[in-house]
Amino acid sequence: MGFFRQVLVIAAKDLRAELRTKEAINASLAFALVILLLFSFAFDPTEDTTREISGGLLWIVFAFAGALVLNRSFARELPNDCLDALIAAPISGAALFLGKAVANFLLVLAVELVSLPVFGIFYNVRWTSQFGELMLVLALGTWALTVIGTIFSALTVNIRLREVMLPMLTYPILVPALLGAMQLTTGLVAGKPIGPDTMAWLKMLIGFDVVYTAVSLVLVESVLVG
Amino acid sequence: MSAVAVDGVWKFYGDFPALRDVRLEAAAGSCLALIGRNGAGKTTLLRIMAGFSRPGRGQVRIFGNTPRETETRRQIGFIGHGISVYDELSALENLTLFGKLYGLADPRRAALEWLERTGLERVRNGLVREFSRGMRQRLAVARAFLHEPSVLLLDEPFTALDDRAIAVLQTLLRQALAAGKTIILSTHQLREALELASHVALLNRGQAAFCGSCTPEMAADPGLIYARYGEG
Repeated sequence: MGFFRQVLVIAAKDLRAELRTKEAINASLAFALVILLLFSFAFDPTEDTTREISGGLLWIVFAFAGALVLNRSFARELPNDCLDALIAAPISGAALFLGKAVANFLLVLAVELVSLPVFGIFYNVRWTSQFGELMLVLALGTWALTVIGTIFSALTVNIRLREVMLPMLTYPILVPALLGAMQLTTGLVAGKPIGPDTMAWLKMLIGFDVVYTAVSLVLVESVLVG
Repeated sequence: MSAVAVDGVWKFYGDFPALRDVRLEAAAGSCLALIGRNGAGKTTLLRIMAGFSRPGRGQVRIFGNTPRETETRRQIGFIGHGISVYDELSALENLTLFGKLYGLADPRRAALEWLERTGLERVRNGLVREFSRGMRQRLAVARAFLHEPSVLLLDEPFTALDDRAIAVLQTLLRQALAAGKTIILSTHQLREALELASHVALLNRGQAAFCGSCTPEMAADPGLIYARYGEG
């Protein structure tokens, strides 16, 4: 079986298991919507204020809601020692990692795509004016979140306090990607397309994704087999 | 060439040596019963043989290759303490998933065949979380045998099995031996193990205290091995 078919089999398995239990996605979605609702009451923002905080607010919500999905990624394999069966299977660690990262990416992206219209309603913002570019930034930022979250989910899977350790390890490394995603999102929600002043953030976000994906693919075998 | 060769394997958990210079071999087509008290290192050794864990020192070879090589993994079937199947998936979905991961030509057909051989064909679409313990164990057996492995590594396979599951497993193990497959099983149920075993290895505090053929007197009196070579 080819590498990409292995990736798809793992991703499909994770998505099927998650959609049957809805453990992570329900918690993540509920968290995102509650935070958006609470902030809208707490700040009572004007249109200008909303535009200024939109990137930061959205990515804080996405990062914390995403952690709830990412925590389950390898923890899902613990009951019945399913991780052993995956490690024993003749697939590369890279395929296993990438399959899980793709499943996590789709789940986190789904939470974000539900959150965005809610954000638009609660904060009275027309966030669709730069829809294509916003989706690009969303995809790049979400991939950064999932690739870092998935590798640390593998690293912390056997730790008792993994729910605490995963955000503690993930967020400091994610800071550059989150900064880029926040800056770009703030401009796009305000209706400004990506221009020369923000292009560096986009390049940095792409570079972050490429570098950390490559590093994770190289390291995952050592992480999984102790 | 030995099917499985363990050469001077050490494994440390912190400073504690769980395995100390373990050396043993299993010839192709043989059945090695790995016995020892709790904490003797049986599970650690089997996990290293299966490639789940790396030895601190020494090496394990499966048909001359390391356990982590992709082709070697295709030749290994493992049953551990957990059943290693997903509660959220049905029996058929679980076996089809592993059939795909092992690159079988027709994963669904292989899954259906093994569900029938383990007596689970009637519940093939039932979710595993709804299964009884015996049914879950039989599914674990089907998962381990699904890809027709040449080497079976079984960690206490008879523990918690109901009578039917024990009968199914013993039949499958006899068929596997007749087909020339190699079996290494750790167990506390000496009588069941020694009925199948051609060889015995006794682990004592991480060391191989005995490794040799299973004699008729050992099979007749399983406690003899502990009395002679173990801690009594």
